[in-house]
Amino acid sequence: MIPEFVTPTVEWAPLTPVLFVLGAAVVGVLLEAFLPAGLRRPVQIGLSLLATGGALIAVAVLWGPVMDTGGYDVLGGSLIVDGPTLVAQGLIALLAMLSVLVMADRTAAKEDAFAPMVSASPGSDYERLALRRGMQQTEVYPLLLFATGGMLIFGSTGDLLTMFVALEVLSLPLYLLAGMARRRRLQSQEASLKYFLLGAFASALFIFGVALIYGATGSISFSGIAAAVPTPTGTEPLLLAGAVLLLTGLFFKVGAVPFHLWAPDVYQGAPTPITGFMAAATKVAAFLAILRVVYVMLYGLGWELTAVLWTVTIASMLVGTVAALVQNDIKRLLAYSSVAHAGFVLVGVTALDVRGPSSVLFYLLAYGLATVGAFAVISLVRERSASGGVTAEATSLGQWSGLGREHPVIGAAFVLFLLSFAGIPLTAGFVGKFAVFSAAVSGDAWPLALIGVLASAAAAFAYVKVIVAMYFPTTERTQGDGEESEAAPTSGAAGTTLVAAPARTTTVTVVRTEGWATVAIGVSAILTVLLGVLPGPVLDAIEQISLFLL
Amino acid sequence: MSLMSYVVLAAVLFAVGTTTVLVRRNAIIAFMGIELMLNATNLALVTFARMHGNLSGQVLAFFVMVVAAAEVVVGLAIIVAIFRARRSVSVDDVNLLKDVRDPA
Repeated sequence: MIPEFVTPTVEWAPLTPVLFVLGAAVVGVLLEAFLPAGLRRPVQIGLSLLATGGALIAVAVLWGPVMDTGGYDVLGGSLIVDGPTLVAQGLIALLAMLSVLVMADRTAAKEDAFAPMVSASPGSDYERLALRRGMQQTEVYPLLLFATGGMLIFGSTGDLLTMFVALEVLSLPLYLLAGMARRRRLQSQEASLKYFLLGAFASALFIFGVALIYGATGSISFSGIAAAVPTPTGTEPLLLAGAVLLLTGLFFKVGAVPFHLWAPDVYQGAPTPITGFMAAATKVAAFLAILRVVYVMLYGLGWELTAVLWTVTIASMLVGTVAALVQNDIKRLLAYSSVAHAGFVLVGVTALDVRGPSSVLFYLLAYGLATVGAFAVISLVRERSASGGVTAEATSLGQWSGLGREHPVIGAAFVLFLLSFAGIPLTAGFVGKFAVFSAAVSGDAWPLALIGVLASAAAAFAYVKVIVAMYFPTTERTQGDGEESEAAPTSGAAGTTLVAAPARTTTVTVVRTEGWATVAIGVSAILTVLLGVLPGPVLDAIEQISLFLL
Repeated sequence: MSLMSYVVLAAVLFAVGTTTVLVRRNAIIAFMGIELMLNATNLALVTFARMHGNLSGQVLAFFVMVVAAAEVVVGLAIIVAIFRARRSVSVDDVNLLKDVRDPA
């Protein structure tokens, strides 16, 4: 006899942030197919801003009810909308919105950061034709929204199936977005391939971990696994192996050592607005997922996992810091610094303290704002050829020398972001570092806090190196491609090398644009200072709501 | 034959897939290794579903298949784009991304 079909009840209200973003992504795909070419760009940008803004408002509206009730589990427990979920979703929506602004920015020649026709081979006639026709890539906006939607779900799942699907929904669009740069397309495609192969490898490890955990406990829901973990059944090795594989997949997404090898290449090759987005927003989503796995699902396994967590945390802080010190490419430098930051955030996770989750979320807020802002600045610093055309980004540190003096406002904003990365007081980064380290101390993980403080002191050298280069150029600016003009030796002979700007084939400039990226930089800078000077209200708000719903 | 043999087979297949990804230089072959890892996972999932007598594992296996299909679409698109640009899919040849040393 067939049992009667019972229609499931769905609480739609707590799903609104996700529905806005994914709905807009689907609509965006349709618009791409049906709108005339001229309309696509403004409509797509407007839709993306609306969707992310709508998600932010929805989070704000849900805040009160979630604070009162402790949260909802939606769709039979597949999605858990509790306090940490809301904080992370708000963060992701905010960072996505800022990233859309950076992506939308165009130079005076109406060129954005994305290839006019990604499917055309670099240097082919087809590409030249697309360029001449003024074609403009607008699939990037729906792809970004799909990735954002995946991130909104990734950290708020209540079972491993939803988590796996969300992992793929957030990753697949990012693999593609990484390969869409307008300039240096071969490098961009290479970044895309590396990100894809290693990302797919990590998801395969993740899903095998899921299978082993399911085999050991017979359940794929977090509450079911959490209930099964403490009872001894003789399947503990299976469970532990599964947990390690699962965490491997998650560590890959945040770029923690030893799963960080993709980060520098992908950060360098991907279009800069996308680099900022994936560095900031992916980390928020993946760290919430890690928190949920460590604090909820495998809490009973905390002791066994300690060795793994401590090793990864310490290795990330040390390797990221040391490697950042020796980089000469600004995007690679920030990539290694992001590895170190993953380590700092992991300190808050590894603390296994009640203040861990709120400190991690605040740190991610501080880090995310500075990251999106810093990469927005990098996207504006370009090479200018002798004929005056703006070409690729100037990412070599040598090219940045003296930049802060020539462009004081943008330079000051970049310095602010670097100081926030370094954790200098009166910036958001300092408050974030203070929060995670004090969580570690109260969680009896003080060695982590000690290593963290030492590593951030060392990392400050890497940032100071950039600041010094920007404001106190020791030599005249060098060219990344090694092209020296013939005027240089003569002016050197006249003893005016330091001041004279000899004619050269390319110069470096902060490019004049439509101003969208400047808005994103401004918002990030203001929030970074505000959170550094007055962190109290935000810290309290996050702390009050940071209890996980089981 | 006990159900545990299937789990062992799944683990062996997974190890073969992992080795393929780590050892082979051709991007397509490496990608096939990833697919083998996913299918090994499917075998493990359905075996565990049978052991525990619930359907979660089987449902998961279906989702893994769908995700694998989506991954193929994205992955082959990227590999084909690279092949058209460079006439090679060897992962040793994609080596443009590295730290640049300043000439000065």
